Order: sequence, then C-alpha cells, then structure tokens
Amino acid sequence: MTESKQFEEQQPQRPSAGGMAPTPTYGGVAQHSGPIADIGEPTELALTWETGVDLKTRSQWQYALRRFLRHRLAMGSLVVLLGILAVAVFAEQIAPYAFDDIDLENINSPPTTQGNHFFGTDMLGRDYFSRVVFGLRTSVWVALVVALLSTAIGTAIGAISGYFGGWVDNLLMRFTDLILTLPGLAILLVAAVYFGAGDPLRVAIILALLFWTGIARVVRGVFLSLREKEYVEAAKASGSGDTRIILRHMLPNTMGPVIVNATLVVAAAILTEAGLSFLGFGIQPPNPALGKLIADGQSEGLKLWWLVTFPGLVIVAIALAINFIGDGLRDALDPTQRRIRA
Amino acid sequence: MLTYIVRRLLYSIPVLIAASFIIFTFVSISSDPLAFLRMQPGVSFDTIDLIAERKHLNDPIPVRYVHWVKEAVTDQFGTTTLGNRPIWPDLTRVMKNTAQLIIAAELIAIFLAILIGVYSAVRQYSAFDYSATTFSFLGLATPNFWLALMLQVLVVNILEKYNIRLFYVSGLSSVDPGEGFRFVLDRAQHLALPVFVLATASIASYSRFMRASMLEVINSDYVRTARAKGLNERKVIMRHAFRNALIPLVTLIALGFGGLFGGAIVTETVFSLDGMGFYFIQAIGEGDPYPVMAWLMITATLIIVFNLIADIVYGILDPRVRYD
Amino acid sequence: MPEPATAREPVLSIRDLTVEFSTEDGVVHAVNGVSYDVYPGETLGIVGESGSGKSVSLMSMLGLIPTPPGRIVRGEALYRGRDLLKLKPKELRDIRGGDIAMIFQDPMTSLNPVLTVGEQLSEAIRAHNPDVKEKEALSRVVELLRLVGVPNPDQRAKQYPHEYSGGMRQRAMIAMAIANAPSVLIADEPTTALDVTIQAQILEVLKAAQRETHAATLLVTHDLGLIAEMADRVIVMYAGRVVEVGDVMTIFSSPRHPYTTGLMESIPKLGGGDDWLRPIPGQPPSLISPPAGCPFHPRCFLSNGRQRCRTEVPPLRPIDERDHLSACHFAEELIGETEGLGARSPEGVS
Repeated sequence: MTESKQFEEQQPQRPSAGGMAPTPTYGGVAQHSGPIADIGEPTELALTWETGVDLKTRSQWQYALRRFLRHRLAMGSLVVLLGILAVAVFAEQIAPYAFDDIDLENINSPPTTQGNHFFGTDMLGRDYFSRVVFGLRTSVWVALVVALLSTAIGTAIGAISGYFGGWVDNLLMRFTDLILTLPGLAILLVAAVYFGAGDPLRVAIILALLFWTGIARVVRGVFLSLREKEYVEAAKASGSGDTRIILRHMLPNTMGPVIVNATLVVAAAILTEAGLSFLGFGIQPPNPALGKLIADGQSEGLKLWWLVTFPGLVIVAIALAINFIGDGLRDALDPTQRRIRA
Repeated sequence: MLTYIVRRLLYSIPVLIAASFIIFTFVSISSDPLAFLRMQPGVSFDTIDLIAERKHLNDPIPVRYVHWVKEAVTDQFGTTTLGNRPIWPDLTRVMKNTAQLIIAAELIAIFLAILIGVYSAVRQYSAFDYSATTFSFLGLATPNFWLALMLQVLVVNILEKYNIRLFYVSGLSSVDPGEGFRFVLDRAQHLALPVFVLATASIASYSRFMRASMLEVINSDYVRTARAKGLNERKVIMRHAFRNALIPLVTLIALGFGGLFGGAIVTETVFSLDGMGFYFIQAIGEGDPYPVMAWLMITATLIIVFNLIADIVYGILDPRVRYD
Repeated sequence: MPEPATAREPVLSIRDLTVEFSTEDGVVHAVNGVSYDVYPGETLGIVGESGSGKSVSLMSMLGLIPTPPGRIVRGEALYRGRDLLKLKPKELRDIRGGDIAMIFQDPMTSLNPVLTVGEQLSEAIRAHNPDVKEKEALSRVVELLRLVGVPNPDQRAKQYPHEYSGGMRQRAMIAMAIANAPSVLIADEPTTALDVTIQAQILEVLKAAQRETHAATLLVTHDLGLIAEMADRVIVMYAGRVVEVGDVMTIFSSPRHPYTTGLMESIPKLGGGDDWLRPIPGQPPSLISPPAGCPFHPRCFLSNGRQRCRTEVPPLRPIDERDHLSACHFAEELIGETEGLGARSPEGVS
C-alpha cells in the first residue's frame, strides 16, 4: 500500500508506540518524582476509603448453593421429594395396612375415607394406598441403586477414556456408540428375561448396565478439555502419577455435570423400571412395584380407574420433582447461562 | 459433500457387522431354546436332538454365528425353533404396521416441537413459554404406558356415558374397515391414541432442546452481527438463528430413534396393535432366540440407516462437517 | 484530515446517556451520564477497562442491547440531528449498518458459520439497498474483499467462515462494515482477539477503510498502543463515566486525571529503570453498588481520602485547554507533574 507512507507523512506527530504498532511498549524512561513515583507500592490505598462494597470471598460451591436456593421451583420440588422419600423410608409406619393384607369383604371399592382406604382397594381387598406406598419404596430404592452404579461405572469409563485418549478412547467410545445403536428397552427386556429379573437388585444392575453411557460421555468430555489445561501438565511435570492427577485434579471438576446427570438418571430409572415391571419383565411378586400395580390394574378392566391412576400419579410426581431439581442444579452449577456484556 | 456421504456409508458397514455379532452373542448366551422345549411334555428327546442338530446348537458360538449369518442372508432369517415357522413374513407384516405408527408420531413430533421451541425462545418468559415448559416437564415425567392407559380409561368412560366413539383403544382396524378413504379414516382413528402417546414423549424433549438451542443462538455473536447490519428481525431469526439452532436438534433426533422402538413396544402392548413391539414381547416370552435376533438385527439396521440419513441432513445444514 | 475540533458540527452527539441492567444480584449501572461528541472524519479512541461501559454505551445507542434486562434510563444520542434513542425500530434499523456500522471483537464467532462470506456481505448490502440485484451485490462484495486485502476474492466469496484465517475473517468483517459507506464506523476491540502479527495488518486495513469512506471512527479498546497509533482524540472511561477527554498527544504527554495517569504508568517500558510494574492499586468498582462520589477515589493517589472526592461526583470540565476535559476535583494539581509519562522520550529505545 504505497499510499500509506504518504499519508503518514501528513499526519501530525503521534506519540510513538515503540516498534510495532499495538504492542504497548514505550521507549524511554519517564522522568518523574514526587507523589506519583510512589504509586508503585501497592498500599492499603486499595480499599481504605469506603467503597460501599462488601467483598466476601465465597467458594465455588457456596455460589452454587446460593443460586440453587433462589430457584423456587427446584426448592419446592426438593421439599416434595423429601416428603416422598420420607414416605418411602417410613413405609411401615405410614401405610395403614400391610402390603398383602387381604380383605375379601372389601374388594374393588373406590377411594373412600372409610377404613382409611384413601386409594381404594384392589381385587383382593388389599388396601391400595399401602400397596402404592410399598411399591414406591421399591422403585425409589432401585432408582437410587441404578444412579449410584451407573455413575460409578460411567465415571470410571469416562475418566479412563478422556484421560488416556488415543486408541483407548477410540475403543471405548466405539463400544459406547454400539450400545447406543441398539434399542434400549429391547436390550433390557432380553437381559431381564434371561438373566433373571423379579429381584429388585438384579433389575437395578441390568438398568445400570445401560444407563452408564450418558455419564461416561459427560466425564470424558470434561477430561478431554482438562487434559490440555496447564495445571494438569504442571502436575505431570512435577512427577505426579496418573492416578493422583485423575483423582485430585480432574475428577473434582466433573462433580457438577455428574451430579446433574445422576439426578436425571434417577428419574429415568424410575420410569424405565416402571415400564419393565409393567410389561412383566421387571420386578415381580412378591416384591411390590408400581409398574406391576398398574399392570394388574389394567387386567381388571378400565372401570376400576383408581387401580391404574394412583400408582401412575405417584410416578409422575417423583419424576417431575426430580426433573425440576435437576434443572435447578444445572442452573446452579453452570453459571454461564446469563451473560451481560459490559 | 459426496465424499462425506460415502465415508459415512463405509463407516456404517463395520458397525453393522459388529452389531450383528454382539446381538448374536448376547442373545445366544442369555437363552437356551432347548430349555423351553424340554419342559414340554409332548416333545420327545429325539425331536429335541434333531432340532439341536439342525440349529447347530452344540457348536461353539463363533461357529453358530457363521451359520446364523448364512441363514439370515440366504434364507431370510430362517425359522423359529418351535413350530418351524418362517420368521421373515411375520416380521415384514409387523414392520409395515409399526412404520405407520412411528413415522406418523415422529413427523408430528418434530414439526410441533420446532414450532413450540422456536416460539418459546423468541417469546421468552411469555405465558406461552411458561405453559410450554410446564407441559414439557410433565411430558418427560409421565410414563408412556400410563399415559396410554389413562387415555384408554378416558375414551372408554366417555363411550360409556355419552356413547360417542372418537377413537379406538385397541387393534389396528375395525372388523370391517371398508375400502379407500374409509379404511384410512378407520386406521387413523385406531392409531390416533398410540401416535399421540409416542409423540408426546418426543415433543417434550425435542421442544425443550429446540428452545434452549434457539436461545443460545439468539444470544450468539453472529446474530448480534446480523442485527448490527440492520437486518429486520424476521430475517435475523429465520435466516441466521433458526438454521443454526436446528443443527444440534438433528443429532438429538438421531440419538432418540432407538428409543422410539422402546416406545413402540410399550404402546403396541397397551393398545394391542399388531406391530413389531408386540411381536417382540411375544418372542421373548416364548424363549425362542431366533425371532429375537432377527428383530434386533432389523432394528439395529434401521437405526444405523436412520443415523446415516441424519448425518447427511447434518452435512446439508452445517458446512463445517463436510470438509473433514 | 482532522481539523481543530471546535470548528465543526459533530456527526454524533451523546448526551447524558445512562444505561442500567437488572440482574439477580441487583441493578448494574453500566453507563452513567456519558456525554461526548464525534466529529466527521476523525478517529476517536475510547479507552477503558472491561466494565467501563465503553461498549455498552455504543451498543445501546444502536439498539443492540436486549431490553429486558437492559434499560436506557435517560439520555440522547444525536446522529445528524436525530435522536437514535427515540427512533422507531425500522428507522434505527436503516441507520444500523447503513450510516453507522460496527466491527466486533471476535471475528471467529461474529460470522455465521453456515452461510458463505459472500452471502453475508451481500446481505449487508441488500439490506440497505433493496433494489440491488444479486449479481450486482456479488460483484460489489468481491470489490470490497479486494479492498480489504483478501486474496482471490472471487473464490473466497464463495467460501465459509471456517475456511478463512482469523485475520481474513476480521478483514471480511471490516468489509461488511464499510459496504454501505457509513458515516460512522465503530470498531469494538478490533484486534484483541487476533495474533500480534496480524494485529498490525488489520490496523492497516482499518486505515484503508477510513480512507475509503471518510467515516468518523470510534475505536474502542483497552490497548493504549492502538490508541497511540490511530486515534486523533481520546476519551477515557471508568466505571461507566467519562473521566477525561482530549487530543491524543495531550492525553499521552500530559494526562489530567489520576486514572489516566495510572494507565500511562502501568505500561511496561522498554529499557526502563523501574524494578517493578506499577499497576493501579485496588479493584475495579462494583457497578451494582459503586462508591459514593467520584468512582475512582478508593484507588486514587491524588485523592488522599479528601472529603470532596468521597461525596461529590466530579463534573467533566475543561482543564488547561478548552478541548482537554477532566472529571477530577483536583485535576489542576496534576499540572506539571505528569508530563512525559506516556510520550516517547528522545533518548528512548526505538
């Protein structure tokens, strides 16, 4: 651009910015004295005069907690969920009858306050409210075990995959993808039929073996991005072993997304287990299960609407509460949602 | 673009092969078709041995796998263990029915979810947005089989009280569905509820995702640039925001395709539809691995094909992936 | 080209602009009573840290701030006599991209990845010239790309942003901004996201763009080197207020506000005899609960805790020259003390 030189000559004198244009290097030493020369030492000047700002340092978790507490829907759901969990834990105390108390004089009666049959009775005169409560306990237990197991498996696989990268990562991810190409429920059903279901623990294990993929993906993602970060390289350079690096430096960073994911797994597990039990391939008698209750209710014909409605409503309530909480957790742990550019 | 498609196609083939091996191994390990037979009093030991011979059941798994593949390719998946019924005709019949269900449900779901998601994002915090979000949450928390049952309860009770039959609660068609348009209408009335149930789950998750994706895009730098250029709002939303927001949705839909079959299993069971899902439940109930394996293989193939189509659509929408 | 500032009518006049944001932590006072003028053809540098309100004031003027949570509390932004803040959306849209164009900081994310560069540029042209046919627009696009120094412009126009390098993308952004020959060009941190070697090139492109359009340029940056290189006049902003205004030589050679002084001081100098860097002590103020009185007083070496600084907001007033303004109660005390802080000394390293 030959015009530029001419143009520059016409320019009034500019303060020089050293050699290259934007680099803020200035030639020469500023000759000055007096109070300005003392700026150098950082003094208590910083906040000596009242700024009206109260600087409290909070840890990352405290910030998350604050944000979560502000999320009214999540807080409300938390209360509801705790209530439901309390019912599940204290089932024996809360349920007016035992799970299989047969009362042949009272069969198929709709909900009523007589005899505390809030949800009515079923075809054998068993109090439905009690049955639902016990079924609830099983479902919650299974869901929690599934969440725990799948989180453990998923974290382990995701960590290994993300940390070592290369062919290990490739192999594990191809394997995960393969599992995803198969229809989930169908696989679960095959597994349930042949590996033996009926027992809540077995059902939980089978479900966990399908649900770990989501968490593995998430953990792997975090690890892959952290791998390049300087502090990991620094740790390596100072001789920390792989395990130590994984455990101390990288794993804590996955906590946030893992918690959110695990919460969603709980909800998904409840729904899936209910489906399996409904189809007859999940939890089976004598263990109580909400899905099975619904199935039994269906076979009685659709006139006894309470047999089908109440267990379902309970499932919806739990799943809804958990989803809201999961949403609140996600907002709390991921502060990049709202951005205001200055 | 062409190389991209070819590459994806070539990649799918080993996946298909690997899937077939896994399916075969998994199902074979978990089942013992002979156990069922042995429990039948009317079946002699000779018959059992004959069947074991024919189906190579005493050979190691890799050998059996080869036999199975051969049979699958040359003899259309062969026959069932008990009763020697050919598998393929049954499968194709039920596939057609399920196809109607799934395609209708998914198309409706995608269309509505995009509308809802985009509108919710553009009118964030409006009454529409809040109600859409509430419905999505409800939809995600409701077990599909229960929703199906509730709908049945509703329809049956309305029928009882008012003698109005809007929809049917079971079967694919009435006893005498008629021809042409009447047939289609009858089929639609039968499929309406199942399609509704299947679509609800998809709409719930797709619309939330679309909303989130749209919001993220609307707040992006390039949309800000589009506004700074002085484009009118409609152009900004449609040309810049919408197309970019659609891209991750394609991935979500592709991932969710497998779940559709699970939904079909449940829905067809509740509504007594003669489809793939119903077929599957009966097959695993019978303890016969061959229909199960055929079913899984067909489903896996469909999923892989669908993923391929999704990849192509993705490539059309997002030029960045074409040049990898 | 820049003439004495007093002789002309400003092309853009901002008066008492005040913008707030409602957030869950409280109301953020991002811009507080900002006023300045921009004259035709000049390059006005706007200096400040992040959070000083330098970008927000300009974006809100153009209607680019989302209005929940943002809110323009009061003020005027007069462009050729029309108040931008009171225009109807359609009228503001005509001005945006047509008369007043903006170049953003990060070219990587500022271009739509699924449209070709050519499509995006011709869109800019046709938005303001609806009669222009596609072919015409495309040839103009190629011309523009050539002007900003993109090699093989006819091929490049058909490519997507991810096929461009960072520097090329910013060139494309500049091309997009000057496509409709704007009277005002706003460059918001145009080089910050680029490699140092590319920065110099982009500056040249900016200068070429200025020559081509004779537009008044607002150069928003925190990089003093950039200001020294390109600006005719400078505005210094802090905590959403203008604290000093003057022409570039004066600002660098004799700053009249303790913040500006601090900025000049905190630049590392080649061959300097100082043993350590001199940052401005303290933290940037909270925009939700800013300090009472002068926003800079908690960090100010000049204030020494004086009462007036803590209670009264200093007005922007002329100091020793008519065109040199400063918002400091005790600006006069800086006269004679701050000479030579930022300018090159004769014995300096080149």
